[in-house]
Amino acid sequence: MARPGFVLEVDKSTPPLLFWRGEGFSLEKLPAGRSRVIYPPEPLEAIKDVDGAILEALLNPIDSEPLPALLFPGMKLTIAFDDVSLPLPKMERPDNRQRVIEAVLDLAAAAGVDDVHLIAALGLHRRMHEYELRHALGDRIYDAFHGRGQLYQHDAEDLDNLEVVGTTDQGEVLEINKRAAESDLLVYVNINSVAMDGGWKSVCTGLASYRSLSHHHNPTTLENTKSLMGHRDHSALHQSVWRLGKVLRDSGPRIFQIETTLNTDMFPSPFDFINKREWEWTAKDRAIYLGTTKSLKRTPIKMARKIFHGMQGPHRMTSVQAGETSAVHEVTLQHVYRQQLVEVQGQTDILTMGIPFVCPYNPDGVMNPVLVMCMGLGYLFNMYRNKPLVREGGVIIMTHPTYKDFNPVHHPSYIDFYEQVLADTTNPAEMSRKWEQQFAEDEWYRHLYRTGNAYHGVHPFYAWYWGAHGLQHAGKVIIVGGEPAVVRRLGFTPASTMDDAFEIASDVVGRHPTISHMHVPALLVADVK
Amino acid sequence: MIAERLAGKRIAITGSTGFVGTALVERLLRAVPGCELVLLVRPSKRHDAAERVRREIFKNNCFDRLKRELADAGGETFDEMVARRVVAVRGDVGADGLGLGDGDRAIWASCDTIIHSAAAVSFDSPLDSAVEINLMGPVRIAETCHAMNIRPHLVSVSTCYVAGNRRGSAPEALVSEGHWDIGLDWRKEVKAARRLRGDIEALSRSSEQLAARREEARKELGAAGAPALANKTESLRESWVKAQLVEAGRARAASVGWPDAYAYTKALGEQALTEVKGDLAVNIVRPSIIESAWAEPFPGWIRGFRMAEPVILSYARGMLKEFPGVPEGIVDVVPVDLVVAAIITVAAVGPDAPYITQVASGSSNPLRYKVMVDNIRDWFTQHPLYDSEGQPIVVPEWIFPARGRVKEQLARAKKIATKTERVLQALPLRGKQASWAATLEEKKNEIDRAFEYVQLYGLYTECEAVYEVSQLLALWDSIDATDRQHFNFDPRSVQWPHYMHEIHLPSIVHHSRAKTTPGKNRIDRNARLRRSVLSPDRHVAAFDLENTLIASNVVESYSWLATRRLNTPERIRYVLRALAEAPTLQRIDRKDRSDFLRFFYRRYEDAPVAQIDEDSRELLSNLILAKSFPAGLRRVREHRALGHRTVLITGALDFVVEGLRPLFDEIVAAKMTVRPDGTYSGNMAVVPPTGETRAEALAEYCMAENLRLEDSVAYADSTSDLPLLEAVGFPVAVNPETRLAAIARKRGWLVENWEKASGAPKMLLPLGPLLSERERRRTFASGVPR
Repeated sequence: MARPGFVLEVDKSTPPLLFWRGEGFSLEKLPAGRSRVIYPPEPLEAIKDVDGAILEALLNPIDSEPLPALLFPGMKLTIAFDDVSLPLPKMERPDNRQRVIEAVLDLAAAAGVDDVHLIAALGLHRRMHEYELRHALGDRIYDAFHGRGQLYQHDAEDLDNLEVVGTTDQGEVLEINKRAAESDLLVYVNINSVAMDGGWKSVCTGLASYRSLSHHHNPTTLENTKSLMGHRDHSALHQSVWRLGKVLRDSGPRIFQIETTLNTDMFPSPFDFINKREWEWTAKDRAIYLGTTKSLKRTPIKMARKIFHGMQGPHRMTSVQAGETSAVHEVTLQHVYRQQLVEVQGQTDILTMGIPFVCPYNPDGVMNPVLVMCMGLGYLFNMYRNKPLVREGGVIIMTHPTYKDFNPVHHPSYIDFYEQVLADTTNPAEMSRKWEQQFAEDEWYRHLYRTGNAYHGVHPFYAWYWGAHGLQHAGKVIIVGGEPAVVRRLGFTPASTMDDAFEIASDVVGRHPTISHMHVPALLVADVK
Repeated sequence: MIAERLAGKRIAITGSTGFVGTALVERLLRAVPGCELVLLVRPSKRHDAAERVRREIFKNNCFDRLKRELADAGGETFDEMVARRVVAVRGDVGADGLGLGDGDRAIWASCDTIIHSAAAVSFDSPLDSAVEINLMGPVRIAETCHAMNIRPHLVSVSTCYVAGNRRGSAPEALVSEGHWDIGLDWRKEVKAARRLRGDIEALSRSSEQLAARREEARKELGAAGAPALANKTESLRESWVKAQLVEAGRARAASVGWPDAYAYTKALGEQALTEVKGDLAVNIVRPSIIESAWAEPFPGWIRGFRMAEPVILSYARGMLKEFPGVPEGIVDVVPVDLVVAAIITVAAVGPDAPYITQVASGSSNPLRYKVMVDNIRDWFTQHPLYDSEGQPIVVPEWIFPARGRVKEQLARAKKIATKTERVLQALPLRGKQASWAATLEEKKNEIDRAFEYVQLYGLYTECEAVYEVSQLLALWDSIDATDRQHFNFDPRSVQWPHYMHEIHLPSIVHHSRAKTTPGKNRIDRNARLRRSVLSPDRHVAAFDLENTLIASNVVESYSWLATRRLNTPERIRYVLRALAEAPTLQRIDRKDRSDFLRFFYRRYEDAPVAQIDEDSRELLSNLILAKSFPAGLRRVREHRALGHRTVLITGALDFVVEGLRPLFDEIVAAKMTVRPDGTYSGNMAVVPPTGETRAEALAEYCMAENLRLEDSVAYADSTSDLPLLEAVGFPVAVNPETRLAAIARKRGWLVENWEKASGAPKMLLPLGPLLSERERRRTFASGVPR
């Protein structure tokens, strides 16, 4: 039986705590008496018979007829699936997408459906490399569909292959992939790592056009998205997406939503210590920690990156449900919260977090400075329900090397965003006004997004907007161990050690602040009362 | 009296664009209001005689005082006065009959006095030109007078240094009549010098010499293409001829007892003039080292860089740490206004003046070498120059070493610098390291210059001759107080410490535009150049590809494509074969880029077009973008955003650069012909764009689109692109290799150092990603590139 998450009050006997620092770790001592550490629940028991559970979900869906009843010969069937941004790190083979899609394809074949298209629901993310598609879908599906042109990736800029489904009462236009829109049935296969994903957001972002996405991916919406992981009514983003979802339900294709949740067993065995509570480390854990950090220090950074990005996590499935989108998503959320939710009493002056080597936007690439901001303020800061862990005007301290490294293949527009936009302003509203259109409509970025493996030209803006609420909420952001010039370019304050960071923070929060440490990346959502 | 005696006279002057000449024209116009001037001026390539007079003489600040005085007086303006009193005639003392035209001959014939001050004053003139000007100049003037049958008074300006390498007193008498004369025949010397020019010219055209020049040119420029190499080779040949003649002059002068060709030809010039003058009234004025003005037209006036200034400034800049000289030796310096006054006085007195008058300070008011050096050191300690970082330069202690030692030190320094440079040039350096190597070349040039100074001027600071001025002082005694006031030429009147501290040093520092204030220069030169490159006025930006926009080359893209469909053992065989071939390929590439491309692209023979096209699409992400310089791609886009046309000119194959098409309005790339069966033939469809063909390609594009090359920008990384860079108005050297870095530095081109993104995926070998065995079997086409 997995132990639930809990909050540890730091006292004198508390050992130093584990912080991620990009491609490495550090142990930091937090002040006793006024610090607390939020540990996620331990990984939940996984489903033993995954394939059985999947079939069961397909045959007994929620608020929907069973899948076989929706399939008929001569129909157009489109299966869309989440892209490479999920899960992190990548899942040991076979990936849940492969398992689910194979099950769907078996039923389709049995029903005599032969017009089947598989679409990677990229949104504005980069196209997946061949090896990534193979990893997510398995060689059998890839070889069977890719050669025939029935496995491809969504293109939010392919004007000939987009179709307007309708418009919300607030004037938001829903424009999605034409094949998906014209299908008799659209099956969407999700991996629900966090509470933010899934539901109507799957189709309304993954298969949407740039025009449609810009209705909710903008500074105003994201500054008013006060709870990405919590209650939908506090999230302007989800409100907008659910409005679009209504349009989709009323005027779009029939949708069969399949959502799967994972436990937090994220790292392969030598890295067990990451998920453990420090005082429970065995001698072996300690030795591995020491060995790993020492050898990582001597490893060239590019090699270390290769090692980390090559990691595959067990990611056991905890639930699978299918059927009507909203209803399925409600069940999914219960499963996600069961794994991730930790009840926490009240806010503190400071929030500390270790930033890992990867975020949803840099699988198999380097975590560039813009993504460090996005991961810290956009993702980890937002892992709360009700209210943030840190009080308004408090200080957020992250640990990350924050080097000025970019992957030129995946993030070409990020490089220019860093050199041109961030040199001008770090204010989301201002950059949106002055720069966004220019990047969004840039012919070269569009070319690289459509034919190469690059994120859309506007994506760095979205990554930055993701942190808009955090930027607005925090009185100061400090990065420990980052390259000072780069940290300053982000508009943050560099510090060389955690103690220096507390010293710097004292300007804002005084000499005896209260501190919360999120013990990530094992995912957790702090339910702050 | 002087002004009165010269009133109404027509005075012809040669060498009026020079230092003494300009001062002479100014003083005559200002202090002798009644005279008229005829200036013999050689037309330059761009300007005729009258234009040169206007630009090179009357625009000089020498005339500021006169212009101001005339404006204050309110009568005739300066221009009106010049128009009334000055005539420029086209001529050349190096040509027979002075090269005068018919009309000008009449004007010349009407002159009452000729002041001949034209000379090749440089100590390192080639022997033949020194002979033609310094030796034959006075002879031609005298002969022209005889030919025209006129008898004006000729004042010929010579130099004290005709006395040669001697110690002790040097009298105001002809060297050829002195004790030590060795009886040279000036006519034979002239003939020999002229013959030598022909011989050296002929030698320079011998096949060995030409081969050597061509090799030098190639070393300097690399594979820059035939026209650029030819141009460079010819200019190297010309400088070789000049250097030989300079050396010959120095050697000949030394062999017959003069410090250099200047003194030697001047001495023979005096002798020759005396011989051919016949009944012409001639006086010779011999100044010593002429420096900035003591008082007229204003203290410190100087024109051009004279003898001592480069040495002094090199010292102040810390470049020259030691300079040979005898501490108690005399540096015979005389301010220019004293020289001019003496010349005018001699011209006014006429044939009654002494035949030879020396204008020198050594015997009556000596400036000791040590005193001069101490003064210079003091002054620069108080008023240091600043280096480019804004730090004051500390001047070294002077230790009066012997010339041999200094030369030895410099020779050693030069040897080290040359060797280091050679090593650096051989290394595959780029960008910042290459710029660093280029600064080394600058250092080497500094050493060269210092070496030359020591060679040339050392003899003067070590000179132990004392120039007598008894005739000059006698002349001084003979003139009245008014003349003394207006035409001071008394060397005893100069107070050296005051002259050094308050007049000469401030003047030359001002003149040199050396940095005299602390702090870094505000305007970053690169930022300024970048602004001009990214100005809306530009309209075409041409880019090279390899090492300019991406850190990759044709071999890598080939390797990637060729291995795309190979399995592991095949890949290993491929890599081994490629490594074995590398030296051959490199050799061909060094020799001729287009031969290399032709040879290399044969490998694509039999490759199916469809397969290459499919694989090339992946090449963009896998190789080109991964190895791109993001700042370079950003620059292309900046140009586009400004509305400039962007052109990619590359020797890479068209399908390799296809992925870059959205960045460019035009892509000029290599193309292969396709066989009817849909495979590549391995043969080029057109000449691949390399070297000068790139410049042509851009020129053609500009012509067709009605754009101007002068307003175009070109980015390239190697000297093989020199023709392209030279063709446009705004060349930019990107990550230049050592040679190009040196050239860019010299010519003031914008240099950009662009780097690969530091988070780029690292590729050990440029090989395509391995296909799964199943995929490979399925897509394996029979005709993979070999």
